[in-house]
Amino acid sequence: MTDSADFSELASLARQGRWHVIQTVSASGAGHVGGPMSAMDLLIALFFRVMAIRPDEPKWPDRDRFILSKGHSAIGLYTAMALRGFFPVEELKTFDKGNSRLQGHPDMTKLPGLETSTGSLGMGLSVGLGFAIAAQRKGLNFQTFVMIGDGELQEGMIWEALHVAPRYQVANLTAILDSNGLQQFGWFHEAGATGRGDRRDPWFGVDLPAVLRGLGWNLVEINGHDFGEIIPALQASKSPGRIGKPTMILAHTIKGKGVSFTEGKFEWHSKVAASNELEIARRELQIEEVTK
Amino acid sequence: MKALRDVFGDTLSELAQQNPSIVVLDADLANSTKADKFAQAHPDRFLEMGIAEQNMVGTAVGMAALGFVPWLSSFTVFFTHRAADPVRMLVAQTHANVKIGAAYSGLLTGYTGKTHQDVEDLAIMRAMPGMTVLAPADEFECAEMIRWATDYVGPVYLRLARDPNAAVFGPDYVFQPGAVHQLHEGSDLLMISTGTQSSRCVEAARELKKEGISAAVLHVPSIKPLRQEDLLSACEKFDLVFTVEEHSRLGGLGGLVTEILSEHSPRRVVRLGLQDEWGESAPNDFLLDKYRLSAQRVAEQIVSRRKQAR
Repeated sequence: MTDSADFSELASLARQGRWHVIQTVSASGAGHVGGPMSAMDLLIALFFRVMAIRPDEPKWPDRDRFILSKGHSAIGLYTAMALRGFFPVEELKTFDKGNSRLQGHPDMTKLPGLETSTGSLGMGLSVGLGFAIAAQRKGLNFQTFVMIGDGELQEGMIWEALHVAPRYQVANLTAILDSNGLQQFGWFHEAGATGRGDRRDPWFGVDLPAVLRGLGWNLVEINGHDFGEIIPALQASKSPGRIGKPTMILAHTIKGKGVSFTEGKFEWHSKVAASNELEIARRELQIEEVTK
Repeated sequence: MKALRDVFGDTLSELAQQNPSIVVLDADLANSTKADKFAQAHPDRFLEMGIAEQNMVGTAVGMAALGFVPWLSSFTVFFTHRAADPVRMLVAQTHANVKIGAAYSGLLTGYTGKTHQDVEDLAIMRAMPGMTVLAPADEFECAEMIRWATDYVGPVYLRLARDPNAAVFGPDYVFQPGAVHQLHEGSDLLMISTGTQSSRCVEAARELKKEGISAAVLHVPSIKPLRQEDLLSACEKFDLVFTVEEHSRLGGLGGLVTEILSEHSPRRVVRLGLQDEWGESAPNDFLLDKYRLSAQRVAEQIVSRRKQAR
């Protein structure tokens, strides 16, 4: 489907994306880092390989829809959109600065290309379900992708969508669970015991795949940092016009992925990098090799 | 006399014959809210969403984005309290074209008790930027509001009553957002009311007349938007204004009227409604009497507060 050359290009875009995230948040003096970094490979795959979209025509009726339900990862989404050409990369500098289209949480009334507004957690999947039902009824052949977080999954409203969606046979709905193993604070756990962080997994002790499958979702588990797994899984979930089970892609990811000092650290959920840290991040992300 | 919930089911069923965009989403209360009438008339456009109000609100937002006009069916409390967050963030903040049919509003909810009696909804909903908040007085106004709201592009909250009440308008009624309506002439004082309480206020004005008090009644169906100048001119010749609502005295109609008058045309305003208190399970007559909203009790309070005001 995709060759390794494609992956190296995507990997490069993802490194740039991570650099924009940590750099932009640092320049704004506030923002989220861990979640956008864990989601970046998935976002790059969606915006550069999987979704039918037209950056210069964000309202194109046949476009695939994307909703970032974990709205606090907004800077990750903005970065992927900017790299893809929805707006100039330069505009990332306005993030959180006032009079900006790039709000702390995605605001559809300000930035074209956003399908809804998110921020209060747990709501995006419901809106995606509405898109999917409406598309089926109107005979529109697009796929709706909704990215949710594993911490976010603790919200009750998501579970309403999780049990209602399969009843409507919305095969044109794909949920992507960015399962990075950490939430903002979470439950204490001995450092390193899970290999993915210094707090308990948000779903520790729960057989999440069995639960989601049991609710009627077509469950696919992938490594959310391996384009060789991400792209085929996302592509395979595209079922416009077909009725059947909605797909849940459980993507195992690492919070803060890509930079040594942010990986697996719950504190980096929302934290600003100091200048020496930025320099480490820049080197680790090989930025001198991929941008001017 | 027709209950507003029946008007809801009937009017949507009728409108949907001409308008293919209308869909109704229900949170498992259709046989209470009378959305079941729509389900029967247009089964393919009725979406049962289960006992999951928050998801229902979100799904409606998604469908609205694709050109549907979703009307939601549930009890008032579940919109303004349980699903307040998605209503605020997904509907109000994005100005989504979603219509909230808030059934079983106020105190008269059929023996449910305080859990299901929403006497805070107007205060909550009118505080949300961009939200249109409507409280019809009777079947004629309710039907017109549903027609208007279906055509209007943007979020609408419609306050519906469970049980029938006396009509104050006729079949020729035309709804205009922001307009106020004089329901009873009078010269001694002005009662301002909203929703189905307005018909009880007209009755109260008749009671007062027997005692030689000439009370005018002004009905405010459109809590938001409201034509402020129309309200101000209606109040102009009265030194004493009463607000009367089947709602808390805090933040609803009483709040609205006092905010406007105190800023533009200060005069004495007495707010009648629920004190800072909860309701209870009881027959309607009992509730209207105990919580001082029957025509009789409204008239009594006006007589006594008028004496105090002198």
